[in-house]
Amino acid sequence: MKPRTRRFAWIVGGLAVLGVAAALVLNAFQSNLVFFFTPTQVAAQEAPQGRPFRIGGLVVAGSLARDPNSLTVRFRVTDTAQTIPVAYTGLLPDLFKEGKGVVAQGTLGPDGVFRASEVLAKHDENYMPPEAKAAVDQAHKGMTMKSLREDAKGTR
Amino acid sequence: MIPELGHFALIVALLTALVQGIVPLAGAAMRHPRMMAIARPAARAQFLLVALAFGCLAWSFVANDFSVQNVATNSNSELPLHYRIAATWGSHEGSLLLWTLMLGGWSFAVTLFSRNLPDSMLARVLSVMGLVSVGFLLFLLFTSNPFERLVPPAPEGRDLNPLLQDPGMVFHPPILYMGYVGFSVAFAFAIAALLGGRLDATWARWSRPWTTVAWSFLTIGIALGSGWAYYTLGWGGWWFWDPVENASFMPWLTGTALIHSLAVTEKRGAFKSWTVLLAIVAFSLSLVGTFLVRSGVLTSVHAFATDPARGVFILAFLVIVIGGSLALFAYRAGAVGLGSAFGVVSRESMLLANNILLVVAMASVLLGTLYPLFLDALNLGKISVGPPYFDSVFYPLMAPAAFLMGIGPMARWTHAPVPELWTRLKWALAVAVVTALILPLVLGRWSSLIVFGLFLGFWVFASMAATLRARLSSSHQRGLLAKLRANSASYYGMLLAHFGVGVFIVGVTLVKAYEIEKDVRLDIGESVAVGGYEFKFLGVKSGPGPNYRALTGAVEVRKDGHLIEMLKPEKRIYNASGQPMTIAAIDIGVLGDRYVSLGEPVGGEGSDNIGGAWSVRIYLKPFIDWIWIGAFLMALGGFLAVSDRRYRLALKRRAANLFGASADTTGVAD
Repeated sequence: MKPRTRRFAWIVGGLAVLGVAAALVLNAFQSNLVFFFTPTQVAAQEAPQGRPFRIGGLVVAGSLARDPNSLTVRFRVTDTAQTIPVAYTGLLPDLFKEGKGVVAQGTLGPDGVFRASEVLAKHDENYMPPEAKAAVDQAHKGMTMKSLREDAKGTR
Repeated sequence: MIPELGHFALIVALLTALVQGIVPLAGAAMRHPRMMAIARPAARAQFLLVALAFGCLAWSFVANDFSVQNVATNSNSELPLHYRIAATWGSHEGSLLLWTLMLGGWSFAVTLFSRNLPDSMLARVLSVMGLVSVGFLLFLLFTSNPFERLVPPAPEGRDLNPLLQDPGMVFHPPILYMGYVGFSVAFAFAIAALLGGRLDATWARWSRPWTTVAWSFLTIGIALGSGWAYYTLGWGGWWFWDPVENASFMPWLTGTALIHSLAVTEKRGAFKSWTVLLAIVAFSLSLVGTFLVRSGVLTSVHAFATDPARGVFILAFLVIVIGGSLALFAYRAGAVGLGSAFGVVSRESMLLANNILLVVAMASVLLGTLYPLFLDALNLGKISVGPPYFDSVFYPLMAPAAFLMGIGPMARWTHAPVPELWTRLKWALAVAVVTALILPLVLGRWSSLIVFGLFLGFWVFASMAATLRARLSSSHQRGLLAKLRANSASYYGMLLAHFGVGVFIVGVTLVKAYEIEKDVRLDIGESVAVGGYEFKFLGVKSGPGPNYRALTGAVEVRKDGHLIEMLKPEKRIYNASGQPMTIAAIDIGVLGDRYVSLGEPVGGEGSDNIGGAWSVRIYLKPFIDWIWIGAFLMALGGFLAVSDRRYRLALKRRAANLFGASADTTGVAD
């Protein structure tokens, strides 16, 4: 083979590998990105039906209920503005606790119950998952805005 | 007093590192022998000073000096001695000090094993390493001083994170860092070569053993971390595509490409610019990894730092090191030359394909790791990229690389005729195909993916055997032993490492195909059948540990009615932090593990009723240990390759030159 043909073959080969890789990556990206929604966003029906996503917030104290015969647990997740009921079958992580931060991945059922396939509580005692914290902060911000608006109305 | 001594040692180390980083570099540029000669003593002094600082910090931990902030936050007087020592690198500050210590250690090693290097080369290499060290020492002193005092002193420490109180913590970080930081030597050699304009086969031969040793340590470090996650996180997984894991895996992928590309540069003088670029990228990714893990941008068990000043500093440091070295590369790479030409089917072309695949795989991991961070930083929403993405991108990219691994060592340099390859490898191909088709039938479940995975594994084994056979039969020596001896240690190192990859592939395939995971609710005395085994739950007892209260379960494992193992999974509540921790009980076997971990009490009324029913995870993990055995074989292959005679010959020459060298040092002392 002539050097030029050879170089051409290399470039074509390299581009083919890169093309395949790019196709794989884009395809995998589209189907596997998991978006995060706060309970307020879920209540406002911004979250997709039938597609997995993540929610985060605090586990409502006293909301944890265990099915006596299976490993199904039910609890509620709040960002202090809105609350979403969650059902999960399986073992909860060590750091899962009522009143503490949690992130769950799953799908929203037609009955409004979030069916979690995974419950994450990757944090230590003094630390809140950033997603859970962001959810609570956002809810607070929303409430302050609302109360400011109401105050403004009141003074008018 | 001791912490102040450590702090002072760090400051002097910074000044020494500045001298080490500037004077020899200037000396090399001005061809000034005395200035260049400063490199070696400066590097040694810097290492000893950092070692002294590290010793002071370790002493503060061992002596429970809670007037030191770092100790008060990360240790506790109840903590056993070996974990107090390990706690030295358990914190952000301590792990950076360990990083700097490793960097000093590698520089020190370079001063010992470099007597046959030209003076200007050595001066530049040590200078570059000194400059990197300056960055880390500045970072330590200005943003993360490990010796910060606490006024008034704390009466008791807050304890080491329970996740880190594990033998894994004693070995995993130092070995991983050995690997991470070891790429700094390859990086320094690359930069020195670019600066000096000397980039040839000799350069590759100097750089190669350092890179291989660093890569071997990194391999072991990653494997240890993976094994640690397997038994402590209680989920039975061995790789989570967690950003912290990816942070160590990206330098590994690039390092793997680098050791292959270095082989071509040493043997054929080709790929020179590419090799230099890989050396820069590998070390840059080590720095990126440090940034990811240490700046607090990630949300993970590893990331505890939350101070933005640190993130900005590391980012600036990254920009200077990566930007500077890439600019230098762009400026000088043209002068490096292309090396000899080669055919479309040749060993060079296969190694090039292997390099492209590894680098593309690295890029896909990088994308999946950084993309969520970018979106978050730009406020475009929070997303996560999970294992499905990495699985669907990574495996298809690595499969052709594994297939090429069988052909590459058989192929000739420059031009490898396809018919010859076919004659030599057809039997290996047949053996691999037949084994892969039949084995799943024996194991009970047949699917095309299992067959494909097994094919790749057995293809590696069979082609290695064929390669060795061809090598031996073409040897002119008489007798098998003499023929075996005629091959170099680095050749056997290559075979062993590739064999390790085969073992790894078989392990991954079988555990993914045949693992059984069951979460069950078990009452006392209740048993459950999982994959041919009977697991009987005997209950949970409470007892004290050194610094925790342990809830220990007892689970009988029977096969065909015979008791084969009594497993005792634990749930610990640590006294100091009150944090719970799950320790799985694993019955290890070459053919597979039986894995039991405790969930929580589910005994009806009152959740503190530990004497009742529990939720329990029961996993069967066939061939999972092959994953780590494979990784260790890869690393062992690396060490074997470095023991090669041609590197030892250099040592001997050095010993012969020793008299001359010592005369030189007296000259300098004058």
